[in-house]
Amino acid sequence: MPIIEVSGITKSFGEVRALRGVDLNIEEGTVYGLLGPNGAGKTTAVRVLATLLVPDTGTATVAGYDVVADAPALRSVIGLAGQSAAVDEILTGMENIEMVGRLYGLRPRDARQRGGAILERFDLTFAADRPVKTYSGGMRRRLDLAASLVGAPKVLFLDEPTTGLDPRSRIGLWEFIEDLVDEGTTLLLTTQYLEEADALADQIGVIDHGKVIAEGTSDELKSMVGGDVLDFQVADRHETEAAAAAVAGIGREEPRIDKANGHVALSVESPVGVITQAVRRLDAAGIKLRDLAIRRPTLDDVFLTLTGQTIGDEAEPEDVPAATGPGRGHS
Amino acid sequence: MTTEAAPVELDKRNPRGHFVSDSLVLTKRNLLKYVRVPTLLVFSTVQPIMFVLLFVYVFGGAISIPGVSYTNFLMAGIFVQTSIFGSTQTGVSLAEDMGKGLIDRFRSLPMSRAAVLVGRTVSDAGRNLFVVTLMTIVGYIIGFRFQAGFINAIAALLLSVSFGFAFSWISAAIGLAIRDVESTQAASFVWVFPLTFASSAFVPVEGFPSWLKTFAEWNPITVAVDATRALILGGELNPDLWQSVAWVLVLLAIFVPLCVRLYKKV
Repeated sequence: MPIIEVSGITKSFGEVRALRGVDLNIEEGTVYGLLGPNGAGKTTAVRVLATLLVPDTGTATVAGYDVVADAPALRSVIGLAGQSAAVDEILTGMENIEMVGRLYGLRPRDARQRGGAILERFDLTFAADRPVKTYSGGMRRRLDLAASLVGAPKVLFLDEPTTGLDPRSRIGLWEFIEDLVDEGTTLLLTTQYLEEADALADQIGVIDHGKVIAEGTSDELKSMVGGDVLDFQVADRHETEAAAAAVAGIGREEPRIDKANGHVALSVESPVGVITQAVRRLDAAGIKLRDLAIRRPTLDDVFLTLTGQTIGDEAEPEDVPAATGPGRGHS
Repeated sequence: MTTEAAPVELDKRNPRGHFVSDSLVLTKRNLLKYVRVPTLLVFSTVQPIMFVLLFVYVFGGAISIPGVSYTNFLMAGIFVQTSIFGSTQTGVSLAEDMGKGLIDRFRSLPMSRAAVLVGRTVSDAGRNLFVVTLMTIVGYIIGFRFQAGFINAIAALLLSVSFGFAFSWISAAIGLAIRDVESTQAASFVWVFPLTFASSAFVPVEGFPSWLKTFAEWNPITVAVDATRALILGGELNPDLWQSVAWVLVLLAIFVPLCVRLYKKV
């Protein structure tokens, strides 16, 4: 039986329909990656499941508890780490963890003991007694993640856990997240980074405009794009459209272009002869290339195929209310 | 992976959390801020000290109150004003915690829903008590004296702090509704400033134009200041005392449930 069952959840904020009927089934002990651009409804979905928002319609259960009717009981089996590191700057790392432990209902001694163990596993023991304001961005996120685990949750919600981190800290945090999953914690992770979903998630749901528009493993989603992708960049980006027109007949569909940097991508049935053919056509059209390659499809291609836009595109202004929007975070 | 975290025994008695212990945990968290960053406390005393000096030495010479020194008259106003101005920090701090995602975390925990608000308002009242105590010391240096004994002196301080506590809940409601630090700060100033000055805090309301006098007489801050003043200066037990206690209770009865409702929906 799935540990998270969501059926037909909708949520509107005034005119903005943040969720338009979300269905999810997540198996115990797996990582589910909810992938989508800003404003797609990822944060709203997590807030509903973490009992922070009451949905307009639909039902959702987490670990057997209804997110509305059983919210108080549900809270003792979940952990949440939001977009900004929700830690107190003035307190030390240890005091933060202890505080959350106490609020989970741990006795003072247990909260301290468990806090020590958790800080150790997140490599923060050395900074346990330092105020959080002296922490780096990566350390704050680790502390935030540590705090979400004090109550030994069955289900952990991570809302864009690595947004705003530099690549090295991001990969560092991934390792901690992978370890959690090895211990059997079920994880629902939202991200706008394709490589993050690719690296961490067993199942991926692509969410756009408040609906899950595709679901599957990373490989399943990639096979939706089919075949390989011919990917090239023109030397003069003003020639992007001309280049796309030149190679139009080669692929199974219209080439996707990015005029800002002169990129053209095109799904092809089989890689055989594609490069030669493309180079000949582009040469005949007098278009100079910066580079050209055949590659395996990425989740970016999936998203493009499904929605006609890349994840990086600002689809809509962020529609999540209150404290979770980007830019509200602190330095 | 170095340590396997031990299995935890969560307190399962009450899934809604423990109101008292949760409130204490958060009060401690809020007060630690003043221990760690003492300058915060220093700056929250600078403004009231300036008000004392401003009124005593700049305006005081032009204000004469029959039968009492202006300093002794003024301090009741300073105590209440200090508590009320201090209470506007409640909403600002809540807005700040919302901005940092801390309120989201608290709301996802199996803790008491009221504890975040109680922890905040109680710690702000604690800070206010510290500041009015310090104001008493500053007052004593420039000639202020409680005229009605120790018990009444303590009662005067507690009354002004209780008034600030009630106003903290108004401020909390504003912070929870507005959710933004700067706007909450601005919004507090807009109502607190005129309310405080259109009262008996600094001058007797008898000198006000009649429309303002009517407003000032109904203003709860006048009631609180008059009651505090009666406790400082002595004399017969004043009906303002019971009225101001009633004001505190009425404000709490309205704003505590309102804040809890707003908090649940943040």
